[in-house]
Order: sequence, then C-alpha cells, then structure tokens
Amino acid sequence: MTEAILDIRDLRIALPKGSDRPYALDGLSLSVASGEIVCLVGESGSGKSLTAGAVMRLLPEPSVRVSGGSIQFEGDDLLSFSETAMRDIRGNRISMIFQEPMTALNPQKTVGWQIDEVLRLHMKASRAERRAHALEMLDRVHIPDPPSAYNAYPHQISGGQRQRVMIAMALSLSPRLIIADEPTTALDVTTQLQILKLIRELQREDGAGVLFITHDFGVVAEIADKVVVLRQGEVVEQGPADEVLNNPQHPYTRTLIASVPDLKPPVPKPVSDPPVVLSARGLKKTFGARGGLLSGKRRAVTAVKDLSFKLHRGETLGVVGESGSGKTTVSRIVTRLLDADQGAVELDGKDLLACSPRELRAMRKHIQMVFQDPMASLNPRKRVVDLIAQGPIVHGVPPERAREKARKLLEMVELSPAAADRFPHEFSGGQRQRIGIARALALEPRVIVADEPVSALDVSVQAQVLQLLADLRDRLDLSLLFVTHDLRVAAQLCDRIMVMQKGEVVEAGPTADVFANPQHPYTRNLLSSIPGKDWTPPVRGIDAA
Amino acid sequence: MPLPIPPILSYALRRLIQSIPVVILIMIGTFLLLKLAPGDTVDALVGDMGGADAAFIERLRAEYGLDQPVWVQLWRYMVKLASFDFGWSFVYEQPVATVLLDRLGNTLLLMATSLSLAFTIGVALGAIAARRVYSLTDNVISTLGLIFYATPSFFLSLMMMLVFSVKLGWLPVGGIKTIAGFYTGWDHVLDVARHLVMPTAALSLIYLSFYLRLMRASVLEVADLDYVRTAKAKGAGEARLMFHHIMRNALLPVVTLLGLQFSTVLGGSVVVETIFTLPGLGQLAYQSVVQRDMNTLMGIIFLCAIIVVIVNFVTDLLYARLDSRIELK
Repeated sequence: MTEAILDIRDLRIALPKGSDRPYALDGLSLSVASGEIVCLVGESGSGKSLTAGAVMRLLPEPSVRVSGGSIQFEGDDLLSFSETAMRDIRGNRISMIFQEPMTALNPQKTVGWQIDEVLRLHMKASRAERRAHALEMLDRVHIPDPPSAYNAYPHQISGGQRQRVMIAMALSLSPRLIIADEPTTALDVTTQLQILKLIRELQREDGAGVLFITHDFGVVAEIADKVVVLRQGEVVEQGPADEVLNNPQHPYTRTLIASVPDLKPPVPKPVSDPPVVLSARGLKKTFGARGGLLSGKRRAVTAVKDLSFKLHRGETLGVVGESGSGKTTVSRIVTRLLDADQGAVELDGKDLLACSPRELRAMRKHIQMVFQDPMASLNPRKRVVDLIAQGPIVHGVPPERAREKARKLLEMVELSPAAADRFPHEFSGGQRQRIGIARALALEPRVIVADEPVSALDVSVQAQVLQLLADLRDRLDLSLLFVTHDLRVAAQLCDRIMVMQKGEVVEAGPTADVFANPQHPYTRNLLSSIPGKDWTPPVRGIDAA
Repeated sequence: MPLPIPPILSYALRRLIQSIPVVILIMIGTFLLLKLAPGDTVDALVGDMGGADAAFIERLRAEYGLDQPVWVQLWRYMVKLASFDFGWSFVYEQPVATVLLDRLGNTLLLMATSLSLAFTIGVALGAIAARRVYSLTDNVISTLGLIFYATPSFFLSLMMMLVFSVKLGWLPVGGIKTIAGFYTGWDHVLDVARHLVMPTAALSLIYLSFYLRLMRASVLEVADLDYVRTAKAKGAGEARLMFHHIMRNALLPVVTLLGLQFSTVLGGSVVVETIFTLPGLGQLAYQSVVQRDMNTLMGIIFLCAIIVVIVNFVTDLLYARLDSRIELK
C-alpha cells in the first residue's frame, strides 16, 4: 500500500459529564491510504460519526471534544491547526458526503450556487471558469442535463440526484480524503448501488482515500478495501475487507455479520391451503386530484392502481418496492386509515371498506398495525401497560383485566414484567418496537399489518425483532402483511411477496420463486441492486456467535 | 428544470375575490356587535347638548334612520358601503371618508416606522444572541427582550413622557407637529420625526421583543440543521454561514409573525395614539366609541380590515420570494 493520507492514533473523544460513558471514542487507531476505501462499521452510538467530526474538526465543542491521540493528515497534525487553517482544508483537501441528501443541501439556494460556493471559497477563478467547472462536475456524477440541474433548487430534483450533487460538491476540488457518512442509507436500493459505483469510480480516477461510514454489511461487501469494526467507541476488529467479512474473529463482528438477513428465502411451507383471511380486490387510490372552485388544479398522483391480493391464515405476504411505489398506501387502505377511491377489502368475508363507522370500530380489532418508528408511534406520556391495555379497554374489556393481560403480553414479546410501569423513552429502539408489537397483539387480531417495522433498527436488533415476529406468527396463527423496502428482510420472513412499482404489482409469487427466477425486469433490477449480494455471510443465525 | 414563472396575476385576483366575503362578514359582525352596545349617536349628541325633549329625540332618530329595525339599518349600510360610501359623521360634521383620510397618513407613518424598527433591530439582536448563545451578550439581550415584552406600552409611554418631555424637555409631549410652527421642507420632516420618537419607541419595543425571541429560537434551530453542517464542511466561515445559510431560512417564521402582527399593531396604536394625542386612526377609534359615532367607527374597521387583508397578501408574496420551495398557485 502507498503512504497513508489519514493516520489516526489512539483517538479519544470525551463526552460531557452524565453521559452513558465517559468517552465516545476510546483509543481509535486507523489509517487510510490513497486510493483506498476504509469502511468504519458500527451500530448506532458506536461513535462512527464522531470520528468524522473529529477529523473535520467539527465536533460540537466544548461539550464533545478530542481529549487525546493524534490525527495526521498528509503528515500534518490536524489537531494543532487553527480554525482558519482548518477552513482552508475543509471542502478543499478533505471533503465530506452526508447521509440525508434532502436536508444536507440548503433549500433556498440553487444547486449551482452550492457547488459554486466550494469553488469560490478555495479557488481563484473567474465566475465563468467556476461555472464551467461546476457543470463539468455535474456531468462527471452523471446528472442528465447539467445546465438545468445547475439552476434547479434541491427540492426540484430527486433524492438520488441530490446525492449526486452532494458528491459533485465534495469532489469538485479533487480532495485527498473523502469522508462519506452513511451516504446511501436514505436512498432506494437501485439508487444506492449507482451511488456506490459512482463513489468508487470517481475515487479511483482521483486516487483519493475514502473513509466510508456505514452500518450496513451489504454496503461494506460492495465497496470496502479495509474494514474497521467499532463498538461503543472501541475498535473490536480491523483488517482487509475479505478477511473481516469472510472470517470474522471477534464475537461482536460475528454477531453483526450473523444478523445480516440471508438472501435465501425460507423453504415454502407445505401446501395445505389455509383459508383466506384478508383479501383486496381492485384497489385504487389517487392523491391530490381535488380542485376547488378557486384553488386551481393540482397534478394527480396515482398511488395505487388496480391492486388485488389474498392473504391466507398463518402466512406472511411481503409488499416490497422503492419509495413512491405505493406500498405504504396499500397498508393504510387495508387498515382503513385511508379511504380507497375504488375496490374492496374483505376481512373474513366482510367488506371493510363498506363498513359503517360503528361496524368499523368493531372490525378494527381484527386488523392491527405495527409502525415504522416505535418512538413516534407510542404516546410518550403513557406508561407501557396503559399503552398496551388501551385498545382492549376501548373495546369493552374491564381495565383491570386488560392491564393484567398487557403484562402477560410483555412476557410474550420477551420484555421483563417490570417494563410495564415505565415510559416509552426509557427503552431502546428494539424494545420499543417490541412494545409496539405487544400493543398490536393486545386485541388478538387475525391480521397484523407491519409497515417497515425494522427499518429504524440496528441490524442485530432487527434480526431479533424479525425472529420474534416469525415466532408469534406461528404460535398465534397470525397473518402478516409486511411492508418493506429491504429485500433481505423480505427474504427472511415472507412466504410470498408482491413487488410494487408506481402503484402496480409487477410481480407476485412465493418468495423463493421470485428470488430465484424473477420474471419482471424491475424485479431483476431490484434483486441485482442489493448491496453485497455476491457475498454470503459465513456465519448464520443469531446464536452463531 | 427551470423555475416556472409564478402566475402571480391570477393568484392576486383569486386572493382578492377570496377576501371579499371575509371583509363583508367582518362588517356585518361589527355592525351587529356595535348595535348590541347600549346607546347610539343620538344619545351621545343629546347628552352633549345637556338633554332634549322626547319629541326632538324621536325626530333626530327618524332623520338618522335609527328608528328602523337593525336589519334594515344593516342592509342600508352595506348597500352604501358597496359603493365605498361610508356615510356622514355626525360628530365631525364631515363625510366619514374625509375624516378617515385626514388621519390615515399619521397612523400608517407610525405603524410603518414602528414595525420596521422593531423588525430590523429585533431580528439583528435575535441573531446575535443566538450565535453567542448563553454568553453575557445573549443574557443581556434576552433579559432586555423580556423586560420590553413585559412592560405595557401605556406605562412605557407615560414614563418616557415624564422623563424626556417633562423632566428633560427634549421631546414634545404629544401631537404630530408643532402647533403654529408652520415649518416647511426638511424642518417639517424633522418636526414630525421629533414628535414620532416616543410613540414609535413605545409601540416598537414590545414588538421588537417578539421578533428578538422568535429570531433567536429560529437561528438556534437552523444553525443545527444538516445543510449548515454541510456549509461548514465546505470551509465556510462564520459570516458566510450566517448570511448565506442561516439568516434566510431562519427569517421565514419571523416573516409570518410580521404579517400576523400587523393587525395587533393597529390595535396597539389606539393606546399609544391616545396617550400621545397623535391624530391618527387609533385615537379616532377611541373617540368614536366614546361618542357613539357609528359611521366613523365602521369606517375605521373597514379600513383596518382592508389593510390587514392587503398586508397578509403581501406577506404571502414575500414568503414565496424568500422560500424557493413555495410556488404561488
């Protein structure tokens, strides 16, 4: 390997008093050579983003500050630099790509202005030269029609294009070091693959070093030369990507890798043809078509067009697709949180969409939801036991009995009975999702509709929650309508999947068949975009470690 | 993708049409409310005369149309209003329109100066406080803001009057210009300005504190956003961060407040104009209530409703100008 561009030795970042641990990072050492992509992997709270903050010298000082170690950048000690000297380096010799392409760009400035800003700050060139350079950069990141993108505001271009703009901005001065902090996490899987390819392509051309921060081992498998695994601020393992991915040594690394959902779908259940519990026929939903007398017409968006499916007892049906495919709309229609324009939803033979409000209230008992964000979907002012008991109480169960049952449900979702009297904020993300599941189960539903229930969770927690859902489904003979954007997750849990694109089901069938032999080009594209699809994790199952 | 040209004309026309029922409803509501209050113009006139016999009062009522049922009176008033006829002020013995136009200028002058001062200074101080959060500067600014916020404007007015006019003799006690001063040109401007110092200060300090507090909170929020971090990572310095990335985004909620507050400033001017005997709409409103000068009062309310509608429209235009994400439809 060539000489290191970035060399971090024994880096220690102190947290303010009263935090859960004294140091966010404790003795981190790593180096990035030119032309090398080093992945810093860890779960939330591991300190990976703070590492980036320390290198950029953008920590929220003085509450969080570097308290020991050194950061050498091309032979200079970054920690000894003045703020003015750092300003010359930022965006110029070290640049950063952030996670959220929507929020990381100033909504009030055009794309061109924002790329131009880097050039203005670090380059002596005329306006015309700068503009030419910015347009060239937009072209290099493969944005169609650079001149019109140059004049567009961030909200006028898509998420993937915004991330391309971010990259154009970061690479416009050919920095020696690029820090990419979860640059593809917020993107759809097909866009993610394109962006990963783009980062690798540009980095090869310029010979820059990349410090790539991620929580996703699939992404690591796709892009890394070297891997550093971080847990609670400490490096547990580091080495060449090949070795860490295929022969992990540390138990924590093994757990993480074991938690990555396998791309092999479950073995199809023996055909017994259980009864249909939930069925939908010809669902249609269009948004924004209304136009009042004075309020002008808006362009209508068809979220769901002519959608039908059947869900059998004890079965999991996955609804997969990218953002905007209409999968969340489907989940809201079948629970009648949203009214369809057309079509019928039958639960045990009774049309849910034709129910009167009174009948509907009784019917809701049988179909319950688990939401994506367990923090936002639990009332923060209520104790867990009341959150769970609320549904049954509304449906006429005496409060005492409902609470008693709530405590039993907590046991069922593997939480301690002591959890009952605490508030949602006292739990971790995974525990909160367990509470959300217990809440849904409290009404003894026939069907559970889960909308991205694990996408906000760390990978190891995600595996546990998926396992729990599968267990409960089998034990209680539940039917699951499982909405997800993550094909790995779908592969692990779903018996059948339907792939949605632009409001339509393009392909449906047993998960194993769809994965092994996709028929529709869109499905093929989705499957081939899964990061790290060529890598088979060497350890399997949660208890592998 | 080029920005489409905002179809501003059709937007303005639609807003105009939408505001007509609003104004009509305001006028009907006010008319009925005023009728609920005991006493009418005739009572006030007769009271001023020191009493009159019942037949005279009866004749006076018939002459002014006050003997008709409320609905008839309302209908007649609205019909006249439709052609911008505000009627006759029996107190000023002039058409209401003349009385209003006489006063409108002074009120608008007072409001415009007060609001622009409050806005500019409030926004600047709020931004400074936020960038030095929890420092001595921030504490001083925030505490001052709190004091202004908590001080009623009538109290502030009287205290200023006591200190600057009575004790120090620096500023005139009231009015809009020196009586029998007959200044012209710049002397006239200066004279009016001297008369406006205290009313403006009294009216603007309280609003200044609103803007200050909102701007401080808004800047603190925006400064934490991802795109500000992006700008830092590009190597932008403090001034650039502030003026190019934080200010414009932080201003949006403050502009909303500015539009909303225009109407309350109109209300606030009643107190301030009355104390400083400033011949504006506020003072006129106060006198009209006391003298049961219905037509004048209705005229003032009509004018205020129109002003508020216009200001809200301008605020929306300004908002669309400031926030590139908003397109007028």
